[in-house]
Amino acid sequence: MSTQFISGNDAFAAGILLAKPAVISAYPITPQTVVVERLSEYVADGLLPDAQFIHVESEHSALSCAMGASAAGVRTFTATSSQGLLYMAECLPYAAGGRFPIVMMNANRALALPWNIYGDQSDSLSQLSCGWIQAYAENAQESLDLALMAFRIAEDTRVSVPFMVNLDGFHLTHTYEPVEVPEQALADKFLPEFVTDNKLDFAKPVNMAFSAGPGHNKRFRIGHHNAMLRAFDVIAETERDFAEIFGRSYSGALDAYRTDDADYVLVTLGSVSGLARTVADELRDEGVRAGVLRVRYVRPFPGKEIAAILAGKRVAVLEKDLAAGRGGALFTEVASVSPNASLSVIGGLGGEDISAGAIRGIFETLRREPETEVLYL
Amino acid sequence: MNTRELSKNEYFFGHKACAGCGGSLAVRIALKVLGDRAVAVLPAGCMSAVGFNFPQLAFANNAIISTFAGTASMMTGILAGLNARGEKDFTVVSFAGDGGTADIGIQALSGAIDRNDDILYICYDNEAYMNTGIQKSSLTPYGARTTTTPPGTVSRGNEFRKKDMLEIVRAQGIPYAATASIGYLQDYMNKVEKASKIHGTKYIHVLAPCPTGWGYATDDTVDIAKAAVDCGVWPLREFENGVYSETPARGGDKAEYLRRQTRFSHLTDEEVGAITGGSL
Repeated sequence: MSTQFISGNDAFAAGILLAKPAVISAYPITPQTVVVERLSEYVADGLLPDAQFIHVESEHSALSCAMGASAAGVRTFTATSSQGLLYMAECLPYAAGGRFPIVMMNANRALALPWNIYGDQSDSLSQLSCGWIQAYAENAQESLDLALMAFRIAEDTRVSVPFMVNLDGFHLTHTYEPVEVPEQALADKFLPEFVTDNKLDFAKPVNMAFSAGPGHNKRFRIGHHNAMLRAFDVIAETERDFAEIFGRSYSGALDAYRTDDADYVLVTLGSVSGLARTVADELRDEGVRAGVLRVRYVRPFPGKEIAAILAGKRVAVLEKDLAAGRGGALFTEVASVSPNASLSVIGGLGGEDISAGAIRGIFETLRREPETEVLYL
Repeated sequence: MNTRELSKNEYFFGHKACAGCGGSLAVRIALKVLGDRAVAVLPAGCMSAVGFNFPQLAFANNAIISTFAGTASMMTGILAGLNARGEKDFTVVSFAGDGGTADIGIQALSGAIDRNDDILYICYDNEAYMNTGIQKSSLTPYGARTTTTPPGTVSRGNEFRKKDMLEIVRAQGIPYAATASIGYLQDYMNKVEKASKIHGTKYIHVLAPCPTGWGYATDDTVDIAKAAVDCGVWPLREFENGVYSETPARGGDKAEYLRRQTRFSHLTDEEVGAITGGSL
């Protein structure tokens, strides 16, 4: 193990290096580019001797190519962001319905128009129904760790669903932090070889990605849904093994901080969570019982657990997203399981910084103006 | 290769194609040439619509539907995946229609040629979006009636010329490209076989008449496909290692070829003359 001072993108690429995918298909887009550049360097330097790096001509082709490779039964990675995610949007439910366990990094970035290259979560949150597992990293270390865990969870035959790991654009992808990079031997111990029956096979030919009409369609769709729900157990098992091998623990689909006795809870997503916890600590020092609930996995959605944690609290939901005509997508999700989610906070749009003062203001609003429904930072 | 040497095995059967379908013949024969080690990639289109209706799956070899725009890129991924598995002696082959190739799929096809990926891309050309009900593609010939180029008081049918895909792929430096017709199966079989033995990207564009969309009797498909070649409307062309060759027309009548199809029945003799005279 070595500690390196690297960015979120670098950390994620280091995780992919440890996972040793057989096929990497990639098309560049800011702020994801560093990941594909690093992987290109690894390939060029012979560090991924068995990987094929394919320079595709679009994001649609990036995921189409990844589906082909995954259909051939090998470990496959791609990465994108924003406009690229939407350009490949047709392929998202296709890969999920085909049960191809591709891992994709998405650098969260605002969607045009207006054009904006900076980080917000409108891209991935617009694709909640596409059938992929969606996890959101908070820091560079978790980015690396999720790169490894994503393959294991996606490729588990109880799941077999593609996995999107989201990193906040720039705030996480381009921020440098100390990261523990594990030894290859430990990664190999953690991540078994990918074995699947869902593949093109000359010994037993198959017809894949077929049509299923009204009589049969639901069987595949419901099967996919149930596989997503089974992912909760697989995530838990994976994190147990991860902690044992690497000594770092994660807490499943949610990361609850000082919520047990809290009166006020701020629900967060992604890299802003650390700052939210700092503010909660300050408020605690001042006698305000504040807590933070970070949602790590939005799909599958841990609704029951969220409802239980938020019972009896006053709750705000902070996200870098605004669905015009409805509001925040994450707020909509959380409010669907907890009536205590009363305040929707929209911040960080187009990469705007969210300050400690702004987060303090959210708690203040919860305390003093409980009738407020929406707050734009 | 001749028909006596052709495999007795069937790889595409029990499908729901129309009677007299030219496209299904192109798929069936190519797979008989390529055999068990072919992996077929089909985008949205007639052949995937008729061949992959769970649980009635019509391919005896490995086959997969790609996205409409993603035929060639999925082929690239399959190639990479099978290579990673250490598989040898296989052919990743596509059967994409004219719209799937010349319109929505051309970006991915161009990318694959650019990388010179070792795939055999077969376009079966029935000259319109037949699966969705005969809409114009960029390979619909000039003057043809489709449901989106209906002759009307101010229109005479399709006003655009057929795109020349062979020239497009040739301009990218592809190792092998050819046209073929299901009317001349031996030529088609030979081209498929030859292409399968060449390393890099191969492109075969096979004319596959469609009785439903073109408007002729269902037992006329092979004859029409022959006539297209004979009269010079669809020359058999081949581009191999930088050398171009073309089978000369055998002297059929272009006007008669057009007149046999109801998609051209609205055209006046003068208009047919203008088309066959090449002035349009």
